[in-house]
Amino acid sequence: MKAKVHVFLKPGVLDVQGKAVEQALHGLGWSGVEGVRVGKTIEFDLKSADRAAAEAEVKAMCDKLLANTVIESYRVELA
Amino acid sequence: MKAAVIVFPGSNCDRDCKVAVERSTGAQVDMVWHGDTALPEGLDLIVLPGGFSYGDYLRCGAMAALSPVMTEVKAAAERGVATVGICNGFQVLCEAGLLPGALLQNERLKYVCKPVSLEVTNAQTRFTSGYGGRREVVMTVGNGEGNYFADEATLDRLEGEGQVVFRYQDNPNGSARRIAGIVNGKGNVLGMMPHPDRAFEAELGSADGALLFQSALASA
Repeated sequence: MKAKVHVFLKPGVLDVQGKAVEQALHGLGWSGVEGVRVGKTIEFDLKSADRAAAEAEVKAMCDKLLANTVIESYRVELA
Repeated sequence: MKAAVIVFPGSNCDRDCKVAVERSTGAQVDMVWHGDTALPEGLDLIVLPGGFSYGDYLRCGAMAALSPVMTEVKAAAERGVATVGICNGFQVLCEAGLLPGALLQNERLKYVCKPVSLEVTNAQTRFTSGYGGRREVVMTVGNGEGNYFADEATLDRLEGEGQVVFRYQDNPNGSARRIAGIVNGKGNVLGMMPHPDRAFEAELGSADGALLFQSALASA
């Protein structure tokens, strides 16, 4: 099973990278751009036949290591 | 008196911390590798040094916080052993859940490296008792991710309980409420972004850091 984990800073937590990218886009003329957030995607293969079990396992990985839930939220995709 | 400096792959202030603690307190300082599963017996002080543990990959301090030795550090901290995390060490303590909050990227996306004036917000802690009536000390910061963050309720609690130990006079990185250093509720775990290990004798521009290590060991 392929897992993808998307990690972003929570709304309300200052994303300085997102802000810098947004300013750069404005500088290039895309003045309608708002609320840019820069996150990361972590993908991996997971040996698991059962989707529900895989989802629980990936969530555990997120809570333990892949995301810091004090400042970040995450979304898991399984395919 | 006995201290230990924890060495993670990518730590780069570990030797500085050893020399700083030795010269300012005369304590015996052991270096402990992150993969070790035991700490030396009878420790009075544990130091988590600055640097770039695990290359700052994923999040600063995230992987170091899960190192085998951290189980022992947590247990020692729970027993009340004085524990100081400096810079990357502060990030590790937050990631390990020993201190609340997290360190974000600096507000202006810049690595800041300079001496800073700090307000001693709480001089009653076991780390700051040596400052006596002094309200201002000088130490050096060197960080790209030193922007302290916690939710408003946590910040209120930290302030209310006297857990904010140091504040920047002039905020170099956007830290919430100018926070430069905090202690846990029990008062035996200190995390701070400025480096007392780079300020332990006058030749370094400031000897204010020496008092911190001396206070920590005097209280042990």
